[in-house]
Amino acid sequence: MIYVAFFAGAIGAVGGAIAVIAMRNPFYSVLALVIHLVALAGLFLLLYAQFIAAAQIVVYAGAVMVLYVFVAAYVGAVEEPLWEPIPGQRFLAPMLAAALLVELAIAILGTGLSAIDSGGPTLPGGFGTPNQIGHLLLEQFLVVFEAASMLLLVAAVGAVTLAARSRKRDEPDRARETPA
Amino acid sequence: MTVTWYVVLSAVLFAIGAGGVLIRRSPLVILLCLELMLNAGNLALVAFSRAHGNAEGQVFALIVMVVAACEVVVGLGLIVAMYRRRLTLNVDDMRSLKG
Repeated sequence: MIYVAFFAGAIGAVGGAIAVIAMRNPFYSVLALVIHLVALAGLFLLLYAQFIAAAQIVVYAGAVMVLYVFVAAYVGAVEEPLWEPIPGQRFLAPMLAAALLVELAIAILGTGLSAIDSGGPTLPGGFGTPNQIGHLLLEQFLVVFEAASMLLLVAAVGAVTLAARSRKRDEPDRARETPA
Repeated sequence: MTVTWYVVLSAVLFAIGAGGVLIRRSPLVILLCLELMLNAGNLALVAFSRAHGNAEGQVFALIVMVVAACEVVVGLGLIVAMYRRRLTLNVDDMRSLKG
């Protein structure tokens, strides 16, 4: 049963990931990423990470992907030229990715870590629940938690600054055509 | 179900994301591929957290998600700014930092 669930999640995750890079239209890539994220949330559930799975669905597949969909719709389809800055890049790039995969696989399968070949210890009840994660975040990792909130604030301010319409610059006509 | 399966899956996903970054030219799709790589890292973190029976790895994965959200927000802001200035949305055309 667990094998069926794992392979369903794995096929969903890998298929979604391949669809992200194979789709010509960025809009479809975003939708494929949603499939990938939902499959990954299922895998997190198998690993007893309920809170991470819920956060993945709500924050990632929900909020962040809506942002992507809006930007993909705003920018529209981008045609990618066939011109290659490096000769043979179309063949070189997948080969580099395959080399990376082989390297990672050698590192994983040849590792001396003893825990990696087991299913892990029997977990106490309440592992990975919001209760436990909340205790960890607010007791052991309070500084990290506050740093994350500062980082989010800085990123929000930065995004507003970057995307805001600057009045001084010679603004192109496009901004007037499509008031955001 | 040993943890090796999950870690190998995360390596596969990471390689797919890295290949996407190398192959695609649209900045939007490159951001999506960065998400793939970050999520592969998250999967490895959660898998090792399960292997050691220690939930601290899950907190780490949560922080990775926060950083990914920040990266998305800033990256999409840059893409919108590029579109507004009528730059072509192609990473090969943007080689100079001078605006």
